[in-house]
Amino acid sequence: MGSRFLAVEGLQAWYGESHVLRGVTFEVLRGEVVSLLGRNGAGKSTTLKAIMGMVAKRTGSVKLAGRELSRLTSNEIARAGIAICPEQRGIFASLSVEENLELPPEVGPGGLSRARIFELFPNLGERLASRGTKLSGGEQQILAIARILRTGARMLLLDEPTEGLAPVIVQQIGRTIRMLKEHGFTILMVEQNFRFAATVADQYYVMEHGRVVEGFAQAEFDANRDKLQQYLGV
Amino acid sequence: MFEIFGIPSTALFGQLVLGLVNGSFYALLGLGLAVIFGMLNIINFAHGAQYMMGAFAAVLLLDKLGIGYWPALVLVPVIIGAFGIVIERLLLQWLYKLDHLYGLLLTFGLALVIEGVFRRYYGPSGIRYGVPDLLQGEQNLGFMSLPDYPAWVIAVSVVVCFGTWFAIARTRLGSYLRAATENPTLVRAFGIDVPRMIMLTYGFGVALAALAGVLAAPIYNVSAQMGSDLIIVVFAVVVIGGMGSIMGAIVAGFGLGIVEGLTEAFFPEASSTVIFAVMVIVLLIRPTGLFVRGT
Repeated sequence: MGSRFLAVEGLQAWYGESHVLRGVTFEVLRGEVVSLLGRNGAGKSTTLKAIMGMVAKRTGSVKLAGRELSRLTSNEIARAGIAICPEQRGIFASLSVEENLELPPEVGPGGLSRARIFELFPNLGERLASRGTKLSGGEQQILAIARILRTGARMLLLDEPTEGLAPVIVQQIGRTIRMLKEHGFTILMVEQNFRFAATVADQYYVMEHGRVVEGFAQAEFDANRDKLQQYLGV
Repeated sequence: MFEIFGIPSTALFGQLVLGLVNGSFYALLGLGLAVIFGMLNIINFAHGAQYMMGAFAAVLLLDKLGIGYWPALVLVPVIIGAFGIVIERLLLQWLYKLDHLYGLLLTFGLALVIEGVFRRYYGPSGIRYGVPDLLQGEQNLGFMSLPDYPAWVIAVSVVVCFGTWFAIARTRLGSYLRAATENPTLVRAFGIDVPRMIMLTYGFGVALAALAGVLAAPIYNVSAQMGSDLIIVVFAVVVIGGMGSIMGAIVAGFGLGIVEGLTEAFFPEASSTVIFAVMVIVLLIRPTGLFVRGT
């Protein structure tokens, strides 16, 4: 892990009149897996969407490898090398599995080839002609991750990648995230399941009421477990 | 000559050809409406006016610049399509997130303005536009004589309609369009310039209407009200096929043209209303249209 890759400073966002993010500040180092933790409504998913320019109104700074992204449109942000795997997967019902997989255009070199993706996720290769939403929840999650790996984006935003999934699929996703880290991807992940997050993350930020209130490294996870449980209300 | 259900065969086949010609226009115009509604969520009531502008553009290109039918087939859709893009950028893009009613009202107003301008300059009566020399003949098929120009109109419509369907249903660009119809925010976050795609889609839909106008110019009277005469029927076709359904608009367009033609042969009193009767029946039995599943 090395230099600062993603730097978020004073990020604010609104949905209509609702002020959801109230000055979010944190950073993600190159090659790191960072997990955003927090209760429902803390602003975790909105943070990912605001980074991608998917909210109606936002202010503050978002820099990727030193390049300011906050004035760019969301398609320009994607072309800068960030890809999102959204909450509830975002698989398109009117597209086949293959069309879903091929949808995001390449934004840079180094994306995984189709052959490599089918090697990692053989089930996908067997269901290419099916409608995207005919897959099970776990298969859709794998598809949602696989399609952004093709693009060459090196900064991945994963929004609740294990939500509602069976334990065996959760383990597969964990293995996938660890493999991506070994291949130099940088990942910012929203995850309600902090026990899962503990198997993959290098750094944690806890959010509450639209702000980052706590940050600690993986090595400090056990020491912060009680405090974390208080924040999460578990 | 022989009789089919009491109708002379030449008359019946003649009505079938007329029905297919009408159906060609219903399909082309319905396709443009379906593409625009599917992508932009706008009920484009200006579609008939844009069809009329296409016909007038062919007349004006010939009268003012000596540019004939064949170049007009390419130039007019580009020119009127570009006009459509200007409309989309100036007016329509502010309405996408609103109720359908606002798009319908705005485009209805636009249709009235456009029709009014053309009526002011050209009056209510029609202008002739000749059939091109190459298509003035006819083919003897044995059971009937098929004039070349209607056959050409049907052929062009079939090719354009199915070409458009193929592009949307089977190509990568089509997958972008279909995905953007479901979730434009996410598609944009993947790196696709969705606003530009929407703008070009509207331009394409308008270009389809203009192409229909050029095809129509040698057949129908080119007049300011030629669009408003046709657009109500086209809306009925699109409702029957299913709003936003590409295949629905094409199949319903050609199919209802044939139904209208056959009705003209067997029961002429009903030919101007049969499409609306079918629309009422479809709305009662399957309100989302024949090609769209209900939700």
